[in-house]
Amino acid sequence: MFTYYLDLALRSLKRNKVLTALMVLAIAVGIGASMTTLTIVHLLSGDPLPGRSSVLFFPQLDPESPVSQGHTQPYPMMDYRSAVDLWSAHRADRQAIITSSSAKVRLPDSGQPPLMLGLLSTSADFFPMFDVPFQYGSGWSADDDAHRARVAVISAGLNQKLFGGADSVGRILRVRDTDVRIVGVLKPWRPTPLFYDPWSQNFSKTEDVFAPFTSSLEINQGNFQPYTCWHVPKDPRDMVHADCVWVWLWVELGSPAKVRDYARFLDHYADTQKAAGRFAVGSERVRLRDLMTWLTARGQVPDDVRLQAWLALAFLVICLFNAVGLLLAKFLRRSGEIGVRRALGASRGAIFAQCLVEAGVIGLLGGFFGWVLTLLGLWLVRHQPVDYAHLARLDTTMFLATFALAVCTSLLAGFIPALRASRVVPGWQLKAL
Amino acid sequence: MEFRPILSSLRRHKLTASLLMLQVAFTCAIVCNVVFMVAQRIQRVSVSTGIAESELSVIHSSGIGKDESPQARHAADLAALRAIPGVRSAVAVSYSLPLNRSESSRGFCPSKEALDRAMQRNSIEGSGCMQPAVYDGTPGLVDTLGLRLVAGRDFLPDEYVDKGKPAVAIITQALAKAMYPGRSALGQSMYDGHDFIRVVGIVDTLLRPAPNQPGVAGQSMIWPQRPVDAGVLYVLRSAPQDRARILRAGRAALLAASPSRLVDPQRMKTYTQIRARYFQRDITMIGLLIAAGLGLLFVTALGIAGLANFWVQQRTRTIGIRRAIGATRGDILRYFQAENFLIVGAGVVIGAVLAVALNLLLMSRYELPRLPLWYLPVGALALWALGQLSVLAPALRAAAVPPVVATRSV
Repeated sequence: MFTYYLDLALRSLKRNKVLTALMVLAIAVGIGASMTTLTIVHLLSGDPLPGRSSVLFFPQLDPESPVSQGHTQPYPMMDYRSAVDLWSAHRADRQAIITSSSAKVRLPDSGQPPLMLGLLSTSADFFPMFDVPFQYGSGWSADDDAHRARVAVISAGLNQKLFGGADSVGRILRVRDTDVRIVGVLKPWRPTPLFYDPWSQNFSKTEDVFAPFTSSLEINQGNFQPYTCWHVPKDPRDMVHADCVWVWLWVELGSPAKVRDYARFLDHYADTQKAAGRFAVGSERVRLRDLMTWLTARGQVPDDVRLQAWLALAFLVICLFNAVGLLLAKFLRRSGEIGVRRALGASRGAIFAQCLVEAGVIGLLGGFFGWVLTLLGLWLVRHQPVDYAHLARLDTTMFLATFALAVCTSLLAGFIPALRASRVVPGWQLKAL
Repeated sequence: MEFRPILSSLRRHKLTASLLMLQVAFTCAIVCNVVFMVAQRIQRVSVSTGIAESELSVIHSSGIGKDESPQARHAADLAALRAIPGVRSAVAVSYSLPLNRSESSRGFCPSKEALDRAMQRNSIEGSGCMQPAVYDGTPGLVDTLGLRLVAGRDFLPDEYVDKGKPAVAIITQALAKAMYPGRSALGQSMYDGHDFIRVVGIVDTLLRPAPNQPGVAGQSMIWPQRPVDAGVLYVLRSAPQDRARILRAGRAALLAASPSRLVDPQRMKTYTQIRARYFQRDITMIGLLIAAGLGLLFVTALGIAGLANFWVQQRTRTIGIRRAIGATRGDILRYFQAENFLIVGAGVVIGAVLAVALNLLLMSRYELPRLPLWYLPVGALALWALGQLSVLAPALRAAAVPPVVATRSV
């Protein structure tokens, strides 16, 4: 019976090719636009560390004094003293203190011109905490942090550029004027979004050089930029003693009890500092968010992208209205034919099924072309100068979602018209013939 | 035109007619808001920076020798840059230029009392104090940027400082009006909590590097402080067509003067590129919004035409009968036009309400102002025109139905 309905549907669609093409086109454009934007939203709101994101937390507090000016949320960074106090308290399972800067990097005794690269200053826990994959060597130890060891870990990209991808562990790199020994080389690592760095654009690359916080403060002294300051620094090259925020912290807390304890510890710290007159506000502006909550608070999916998704869905709804109207007119125009079929013994259900098959065929065609348009749309996004361009690809979930959306759309569009058509009273139609 | 037969005929097609009406309503609501957003974005991207945009280009240089004095280096570099044929003037700034995002801002109060008020309230809101963006630079900045002095004078050579705080400043008219409402700002002294800075000049417009907050985008000031860092931005002014050549020549001259430094080609651009980069997302969005709006109108026109087509086919016999009993072609044409007018009319009335509702929703989620009400009648007229255009072809076909059809069975 289904094949017979399919045959009828194809005949009916062929009868008015232009109209069929227009209906398919409308659904295809609606689906293409919605799926392109939904894919982007889906990709942008992804979890950068599945499985681990729930135990990673981002502590924040407000170190401003004597007054805290015009903001209700703490800055995404801290001043040097607060960050170091919290880090060296070792109250979490793991803790990484982080800041980033740019540094002049070159190979000593090579003719190559120096490169200006991102330098991430952090502590030993950074690598195990964030599951950073190593190609050669490993991260440095807590001992290296304590002894301000002149060591570094470099990215796969930099290893390719400087050493042609060979094992460069043990080689020497000159960062500004200091020679550091390479102890590890990362595998290509591009967490999306770049969650650990509140400075960065959400989807930019990682830094190329990673060095211990303690030693890089000496190596790259004077090149650390503040996120913001509440007093103009006496010496802009000395961030350690300036009233500026430029360092931040990530902590790993393995159980809800530990999270509660750590939150209490943070509150206590802020209140103590307030009592001592170093902070203007205390625990009321302390935050301890887990990774995904922090990303949402930070606005991981750009507003424009969200707006585009809503616009595309609205577009799809209009296309749906259009399809419903046209299908309704189309089915009702065949009232005579339907009347004859009913009179010859077809049940209402049979008429309904027949009409729905026709709507489904339009939907599948629309879905196919919609998929083509989605690929085209994502290709266009990839060629836009936006930081998330490289992400714009269709994964299996979204590929299946495209067809599900297409068939749902067309069945939804076909439902009311098919219902109406199946209610045609045969007697009236036969009289009119 | 008698509307009653149309209404009673529409009552027979309630479902179809209401679907079309809803489609028109949604289209009207969305298109009104889309057009409004496009207008907002266009307004945003066409903001005036107050500088001679088409004649400026910038080169960033960093990393000099350990024992070199940055300021001596800058002076030597500027001399080399000015020697390039076609360069009319050149200055060095720390990093700030309008729209290049890196901003340094400082709190200033019109008086000591205002600062006390701010301390009391724990906020500068409403205290009279402002937080302007601060531009620095070597002598000649005002002329090189092409700023228009509306009062006062440019800095004198002995007012420039290498370290510490300058004693004078040039401020924008927007800042002058906000800080000294109803008074002349020229000659006033702004207080920053430690020192007084005297206003010696007022320029017409100078946008902030990061004008994110509405209302204070034009509040900036310049003071005579030479860049202190080794990393510095050289601003060159030349004829617009010379800019590409001058950038290349400038990079070569800088590298020749001290080969160990970094001149990143990525940070070497014309001001036009800086501006385009700042507004790149808005420009993409304008394109997308326009495409979406046109797409919606097209789909709706398609729906109207498609339905009208079917109705004409369905009613061919009725039309024949009407023609046979005396209706003219014009009557038939007007019948379909009036029917469309009614459906679209009902659609735009609902659409206007939806448009306002959608606007309120968008206002709550995004920073969008209220939709001006005059958008609604304009949108309604546009949709009426669209409806009439799309129904025209089917209606003409209906008008061409000969009366003899009435005598045939269809």
